[in-house]
Amino acid sequence: MTERIQKLREQSLQAINTFSAERAILVTDFYKSGEPLKYSIPVQRALCFKYLMTHKSIFINEGELIVGERGPAPKATSTYPEVSLHTLSDLDILDTRPKVSFKVDDATRKLYEEQIIPYWKGKTQRDRIFENLSNEWKQAYEAGVFTEFQEQRAPGHTVAGKKVFQKGMLDFKAEIDAAIKALDFEYDTQTIERREQLKAMDIAADALILFANRYADLLTKLSEEETNAVRKAELVEMSRICRKVPAHAPDTFHEMLQHYWFIHVGVITELNPWDSFNPGRLDQHLYPFYKQELEAGTLNNEWAVELLKSFWVKFNNHPSPPKMGVTAQESNTYTDFSLINLGGVKEDGSDAVNELTYILLDVIEEMRILQPSSMVQISKKNPDRFVKRAVRIVKTGFGQPSFFNTEAIIQQLLSQGKSIINARNGGASGCVETGAFGTEAYILTGYFNLNKVLEITLNNGIDPLTNKQIGVQTLSSEEFKSFEELYNDFEQQLMYFINLKIEGNNIIEKLWGKYMPVPLLSLITEDCIKNGKDYNAGGARYNTSYIQGVGLGSITDNLTAIRKYVFDDKTVSMAYLLQAMKVNFEGYDQLRHDVIYNTPKWGNNDEYADRHAVRVFESFYSSVNGRPTARGGIFRINMLPTTSHVYFGSKIGAMPDGRLAFEPLSEGISPVQGADRKGPTAVIQSAAKIDHIKTGGTLLNQKFSPSFFNSEENIDKIVSLIRSYFKMDGHHIQFNVVDADTLRDAQKHPEKYQDLIVRVAGYSDYFNDLGESLQNEIIRRTAHQA
Amino acid sequence: MNYNSGFIFDIRHFSIHDGPGIRSTIFMKGCPLSCIWCHNPESIGFHPETYVRTNRLNGKIFHITETVGKKMSVEQVMNEIENEIIFYDESKGGVSFSGGEPLSQPNFLKALLKACHQKELHTAIDTSGYASTSVIQNILPYVHLFLFDLKLANDSEHQKYTGVSNQLILKNLEFIYHSGKPIIIRIPLIQHITDTDENLRKIRAILQLYPHIKRVDLLPFHTIAKSKYERFGKNYPLYHADPYDSQKAKDIAAFFSETVETVSIGG
Repeated sequence: MTERIQKLREQSLQAINTFSAERAILVTDFYKSGEPLKYSIPVQRALCFKYLMTHKSIFINEGELIVGERGPAPKATSTYPEVSLHTLSDLDILDTRPKVSFKVDDATRKLYEEQIIPYWKGKTQRDRIFENLSNEWKQAYEAGVFTEFQEQRAPGHTVAGKKVFQKGMLDFKAEIDAAIKALDFEYDTQTIERREQLKAMDIAADALILFANRYADLLTKLSEEETNAVRKAELVEMSRICRKVPAHAPDTFHEMLQHYWFIHVGVITELNPWDSFNPGRLDQHLYPFYKQELEAGTLNNEWAVELLKSFWVKFNNHPSPPKMGVTAQESNTYTDFSLINLGGVKEDGSDAVNELTYILLDVIEEMRILQPSSMVQISKKNPDRFVKRAVRIVKTGFGQPSFFNTEAIIQQLLSQGKSIINARNGGASGCVETGAFGTEAYILTGYFNLNKVLEITLNNGIDPLTNKQIGVQTLSSEEFKSFEELYNDFEQQLMYFINLKIEGNNIIEKLWGKYMPVPLLSLITEDCIKNGKDYNAGGARYNTSYIQGVGLGSITDNLTAIRKYVFDDKTVSMAYLLQAMKVNFEGYDQLRHDVIYNTPKWGNNDEYADRHAVRVFESFYSSVNGRPTARGGIFRINMLPTTSHVYFGSKIGAMPDGRLAFEPLSEGISPVQGADRKGPTAVIQSAAKIDHIKTGGTLLNQKFSPSFFNSEENIDKIVSLIRSYFKMDGHHIQFNVVDADTLRDAQKHPEKYQDLIVRVAGYSDYFNDLGESLQNEIIRRTAHQA
Repeated sequence: MNYNSGFIFDIRHFSIHDGPGIRSTIFMKGCPLSCIWCHNPESIGFHPETYVRTNRLNGKIFHITETVGKKMSVEQVMNEIENEIIFYDESKGGVSFSGGEPLSQPNFLKALLKACHQKELHTAIDTSGYASTSVIQNILPYVHLFLFDLKLANDSEHQKYTGVSNQLILKNLEFIYHSGKPIIIRIPLIQHITDTDENLRKIRAILQLYPHIKRVDLLPFHTIAKSKYERFGKNYPLYHADPYDSQKAKDIAAFFSETVETVSIGG
């Protein structure tokens, strides 16, 4: 790593996350002026964006090669009071909480108290949303049945497609102009709306050019002051580049990175879309520039790496905007989920891995920073060398990259009606979400707590934590005569809450489309210009809204335990089980022991348990999939949690699988923590029983001890494991390397670590079954290897 | 004895030390040897045994009685195996039969091997080599690889530490070698017992008789098995032995590397 990159990386790692009021005060000033009232809402939003791009502070970090940030300093994080307004007490919490804090200084607090809060109070998008939602919706939301993504961040999960890298803002402006000229005032009744949207997009394009020119000016000034000849030349070149992109399409490697970065900063300044923004298939987009310049002799590998690393640091300087309330709990991380995609297939279906793919993997390994996240798309057409290279990075233990199945992604997209070209150009973003990059608005609308629905079912529609009737009133669960009766009631409650969630989504999506258009994001997303329609109103070629199911492992084990003890073995009555749950298993140690240690569990390829996972999955799928959305798209499901399994767990009492009250649920489609005792092939066999192709993404985590990665043979075996799962249509798998701390926790909570296997030649044993001194020995060895 | 069933004490999938690729290992119960360093003490007896297992929860101890070893039919074992075929195919792996001593249940083993053969699966036998040569001859057509133990070259030492003579074992090694089936030699490294200069020199001399053996796995003694002895209430003569010195294992690997193409520590 060069000294420059070391410094920039260090600066980014050391920077303290701060709460910046700069954007909030600029937006407030803009709206206070009264000027916006003269224009339509889309044009208002575009002018607001232009105002921000004109007035926000700009700066250049020492030595950096890619310029432009959202805040006034690295990790100074903007807020969006027109969307959701932080209160003074939110500021205190953010300032002082131990995890994911944002420092708030006195000047910021004063601005909030005196100007920002008084102006926006009661007038935010969040206020509009909550005013329009029903009491039933609010009750379910407060009980933790579901979360709502769009109540404080804008609809997002959008990834740049190929076009973004091949066109400049002037090209887009020409397209907008043509679209305005083509408006049909005689036969199209929506022309005024379309014209306003297109005008707004045109203003947004200008605003981004203006922003880049400010950087060009600053760079010119700095270059004139610079005494070091090498840096001076860099600054002159950077100034030239900022003068050229994003107005014009990029022609060089450096230009392309800068071009994308200006658009990235624009999108995340315009509003606060979930999952920031994402360059998507970076190795594909960059490769033509790389190859052409390499052949022409204007770029060498060393410089390409230097530029990429400078680019990497920029992502890390942009934490996810500070959230509040429930949303802060469900997504408790600084990560803003820009997920770089590598590998996969080209648009013609051929192997897409190229030299640059490997260079990017080197960059990921060396940078070792939180953002951007990275993933590899593994196609059957990709060479094993590529998969192995990625596995060797996993071995270093920082959780990246994750592994995705290209063929599954393509099948998912095709089954949703996308063209084969759009499908092959797609990938996964955020955590694991499948999307047709550049052409689809695939919006996550909230997590859905499957286990809360079961808890409510077992309590006849009542939430036992509050004693409120929030679900459908049904028979007393003590009267269930069969498992089928119980499951029918569960499906009834499930449909009720899905209906509530969808009713809420339809209201919320309309409000976004009407009040919060995003002209910049729209103009770069195909076919918003052609349709003269905003991204948030359904302007994209494809529109999908997702509801994310959480806790498949937990609900499977819960249903399995009920089935076994109450209905099959009949050794425990429903009343007894409910009583044990009510008192959090206090005094019911034997029952809790039996359900934890002596009951079939999801993740062991045991059909007795696994059939419940498939059944719940199908019930969830059929209650959501294919229903129409307010943006003219359709609803779909995926199975991922971010950190919501922790939040959802905190809203549920003790459950039949022995999980104590308020403890986390299982995440993604992974087994309940530690419940998989038969090794990774059994986990994969279980996981593959649900139909991944029907989803827009599933998440599976697997633990391995670091010593497992020590031999080349074992790395080959991981490659085979991944390939096998993907043959079975698995969507995603991620490997976590177990560290010494995890093992120490396993000593304290053996029931959560039944899956930990210690492998020695010719021998393997469960960590739990080892004596304490041996456990200590393994902990020492693990710590040493790290 | 019914040919179509036998005693199994464990089936492990994603087994990574018992042959190439991703494998399932079928651990067959019962062994005619009684090596004092045995890592699987529960595998020695030929019939199911019960023991008390300890589960901990919330600081409390729960004892449950479990049985190790169960009678399984060929069909039951094959069901477990067939589930995993996708992994064998992808990794060029297969099924390993270990123990105990798999050759001690010859008819059951042969029936299983034939069933694997029918499914075109790669099979490996992890053996002490202690069985009648006719047993080996019988299964030979259905085996792709032998993992063959060489413990002690001196017969009286062999008898002292494993309970049986090594003459039959050496004869069987020769027999398998001349059949042309690939062999991986496995040598347990036990301090002061198998790792003496004299023993290692002699084992190497034996290997030099068989130049087509391309690989030796050294299996250094580890202490993890002592929990198993505790669990099964068995006496472990090596209870207080230290874990094997990793440098010493490397030195021994270098010694074998002089005459064998591939030497791995840990298999």
